[in-house]
Amino acid sequence: MLRFANPKKFLDLSGALLPWLWLGAIGLMGWGLYAALFATPADYQQGDSVRIMYIHVPSAWMASFIYGFMFIASVVGLVWKHPLADTAAKEAAPIGACFTAACLITGSLWGKPTWGTYWIWDARLTSVLVLFFLYLGYMGVWAAIEDRAKAARAAAILCVVGVINIPIIRFSVEWWDTLHQGPSVVRFENGKLAPSIDPSMLWPLLAVAVGCTLLFFALLFVRMRTDIARRRIRTLMTMKAAA
Amino acid sequence: MSAFLALVRRDLLLSFRIGGGPFLGLAFFLTVTAMLPLGVGAKLNLLGEAAAGFLWVAAALASLLSLDRLFQADAEDGSLDQLALGALPLEFAVLAKAIAHWLTTGLPLTLAAPVLALMLNMPEAGYATLTLSLLIGSPVFSLAGAIGAALTAGLRRGGLLLSLLVLPLFVPVVVFGAGAVSAAINGFEPGAAFLFLGAVSLFSLVLGPVAGAAALRIHLS
Repeated sequence: MLRFANPKKFLDLSGALLPWLWLGAIGLMGWGLYAALFATPADYQQGDSVRIMYIHVPSAWMASFIYGFMFIASVVGLVWKHPLADTAAKEAAPIGACFTAACLITGSLWGKPTWGTYWIWDARLTSVLVLFFLYLGYMGVWAAIEDRAKAARAAAILCVVGVINIPIIRFSVEWWDTLHQGPSVVRFENGKLAPSIDPSMLWPLLAVAVGCTLLFFALLFVRMRTDIARRRIRTLMTMKAAA
Repeated sequence: MSAFLALVRRDLLLSFRIGGGPFLGLAFFLTVTAMLPLGVGAKLNLLGEAAAGFLWVAAALASLLSLDRLFQADAEDGSLDQLALGALPLEFAVLAKAIAHWLTTGLPLTLAAPVLALMLNMPEAGYATLTLSLLIGSPVFSLAGAIGAALTAGLRRGGLLLSLLVLPLFVPVVVFGAGAVSAAINGFEPGAAFLFLGAVSLFSLVLGPVAGAAALRIHLS
C-alpha cells in the first residue's frame, strides 16, 4: 500500500487503471440497469416502483462504504501524516455525499407509492440523513480552514468521531422496530448465508452495486489526479513568481 | 488537580462577569419556549404532547449558542497557548472548560425545565423524568460540543460550521432523552432510555476531552 503513497507512483498506477475502471463501471451499470428497467419482472405488489430498488440499494451501500473508506484514509492520514491519504479522504467526500443524496431521494420517491409518504422519521431514514450532514460538515471543515495540513487533520478527527454513526445505520432496522425493512438481499438461513431474492433480480442488483463501486474509484482517481495537478501548478507558479 | 479546579473557577467567573453567567442561557431557553405557543397556537393538548421533545431541542440549541466561544476567546488572546504549555494535560483543560460550560448552561436549563414544562402543559408524570434525563444527558452537549468547538476554534466564522458539526453528535441524546420523558408520560418504564442516555454521556466524557484536545493541538501547531 505505502509504495503507492508516492504521488508519482500513484499517478502512474491510477492512470493505467482508469480506462479499465470506466469500462467496468459503464459496462456493469449499463447491463445492470438495462436488466433492472426492462428485463426483470415488476413486483406483484409494488409494480414497477420496485425498479427504484436497483438504484436505491447500491446508493445506500455506497454511502456507508465511502464513509468507511474516508475513515480508513483519515486514520492513515492522522497516523502516518501522509498527504495522499488526506487527498483521498477529501476527494471521496463529495462523491459520498452525492450517493447519500441519491439514496435519500430515490428512497423517498419509492416511499410515496409504497408507504404512502415521502418522508417519515424512521430510525434508518434519520440515521442516513445524519450521515448526509456528516458529509456536509466534513466538506465544510475542508472549505473553512485555509492551511491544507491543518484542514486535513481537523477533517480527519471529525471523520473518526463521526464513524459511530455507521453501525447505527447498519443495525438501526434490527434494533428498533421501524418502517424501513430489515436487510433482505442476503439472509442467514440454516446457519449459512443465502440470497433471499430471486437470481433474476439479484444479479442486476449486484452488477449495479459493483458498477457503482468501480464508478466511485474512477471518479475518486480523477478527482485526486486533478487535486495533485492543481497543487503542482500552484507550486510551479510560486516558484516562477519567486524566480 | 488544583490547576484543573482553578481553570473551572476561572471560566465560571468569566462567564458571570462578562457573559451574564447562566442567566443568558436561561433567558434564551425561556424566549424560545415562549415562541412555541405563538408559533403552533395556544392549543394546550398539542403543546403538552410536544413539550418533552421541544424542551430537549431547546436545551440543545441553548448550549450550542455559547459553544463557539468555548475556545475562541482563549485562542484570540493567547491564553490557549499558555494552557497548552502548562503542566495540566490539554485533555484535562478541555474537560475543565466543558464542565464550566455545563455548569453555566446545562445545569441551569435542567433546573428550569420543570417550570417551562408546566408552562407548556406537559403531563405531571413527566416532570421528574424530564429533570433526571436532562441531568444525565445534557453534559453531552458540553462534552461532545467541545469537539466541534475545538475544531472551529481558530476560524473567524466558526459558529455556523460548528452547528453542522455538532448537531449529528447531539442526535442520540435528544432521541433517548425525549423518549424517556414520553415513556414516563405514557406510563411505561423509562429505564432503558436512561441506560442509553448514561452510556452516551459516559462515552462522550471520554471521547470529548481526547478528541477536543487533538483538535486544539492542530490550531496550536
